Amino acid sequence: MAASLPLLATLAGMAAATASTRLAGAWLASRLRPGGRAVRLLEAVPGIVLAALVAPTALATGGVETAACGLAALLAWRAPAIVAVIGAVALAAGLRGAGL
Amino acid sequence: MRQIAPRGNRAPSPSPPPGPSSPAAGPLADAVAGIAAIAPVVVAALPIGLVFGALAGQAGLGAGAATGMSAVVFAGASQFVALEQWADPLPVASILLATLLVNLRHVAMGAALAPRLGHWPVAARPAALLFMTDEVWAIALARAAVKPLTPAFYAGLAGALWLAWVGSTAAGHVAGALVADPARWGLDLAITAVFIALLRGAWRGPRDLAPWAASAVAAVAVDRAGAPAMAVAAGIVAGLAVVAARILRGGEG
Repeated sequence: MAASLPLLATLAGMAAATASTRLAGAWLASRLRPGGRAVRLLEAVPGIVLAALVAPTALATGGVETAACGLAALLAWRAPAIVAVIGAVALAAGLRGAGL
Repeated sequence: MRQIAPRGNRAPSPSPPPGPSSPAAGPLADAVAGIAAIAPVVVAALPIGLVFGALAGQAGLGAGAATGMSAVVFAGASQFVALEQWADPLPVASILLATLLVNLRHVAMGAALAPRLGHWPVAARPAALLFMTDEVWAIALARAAVKPLTPAFYAGLAGALWLAWVGSTAAGHVAGALVADPARWGLDLAITAVFIALLRGAWRGPRDLAPWAASAVAAVAVDRAGAPAMAVAAGIVAGLAVVAARILRGGEG
């Protein structure tokens, strides 16, 4: 992909969005009450975003995808992320190689 | 940067025990101590960076764009989230919204870290925050609990992880270009597996079940209804509604 305008805008925008979240905390430190409603809502965001990202692939794409995601969940419970990635990828490759 | 929240049982221990008898050995020793403290995280981040670089190449990002994203964003979870949505034409607004949401946790983390930088030169404080990742944050706070957090120690922490992340992205992009048919090798599952591992880190206990389930059900329903581009947004709205309702009823959230 050539360095198109949408690509540059996406990279610059992602950098700006990330920078703003990293800097906002210092600004907010004196304004947000620790343990207040806003903070508790913020703390719940990451898991909710990730659940929405995982669910369509894990639950509604196909048997191979569901099996691979199930294995990833089992492995992620005990092992580093990379082990879960390797396990899911290997299982998907194996099942597809077997014609599933 | 891979984990949404540092796990309690893997909290990094502050490196060398501080001794009042050991004189402050200066910035160089502090930087080395910072590098040593982040070393286990670097080892864990290298393969994730390789995966990111490989998948970015297969999603259509050039080597410069993939490596540049790692350099200027330096937030693994949101980078994988962006890849998941990468398409032609680019859904710029959707990617930026997801980046903002995934990184909202930085706001709370920055609020906790900022007071520890109070004795730093004014210009160095925002610079430190710009390189804050989950792991850097956790180790910096652990260090600050036993001795003053110096710019040199923090530079060792963040600098080593940044170099590893950018370098492994570039290497992964080169390696990934050698794989012709990613789906045949199951590589299309790699991003979802990363998210699942991140979910493990984000798990706070049974109270997460209801909002996560609401998010998953809404995302699947909208995806199946033929609007996959709206699926993540629908899940976020549904999950946050559950948490907001609990908070408004006076619950923990």
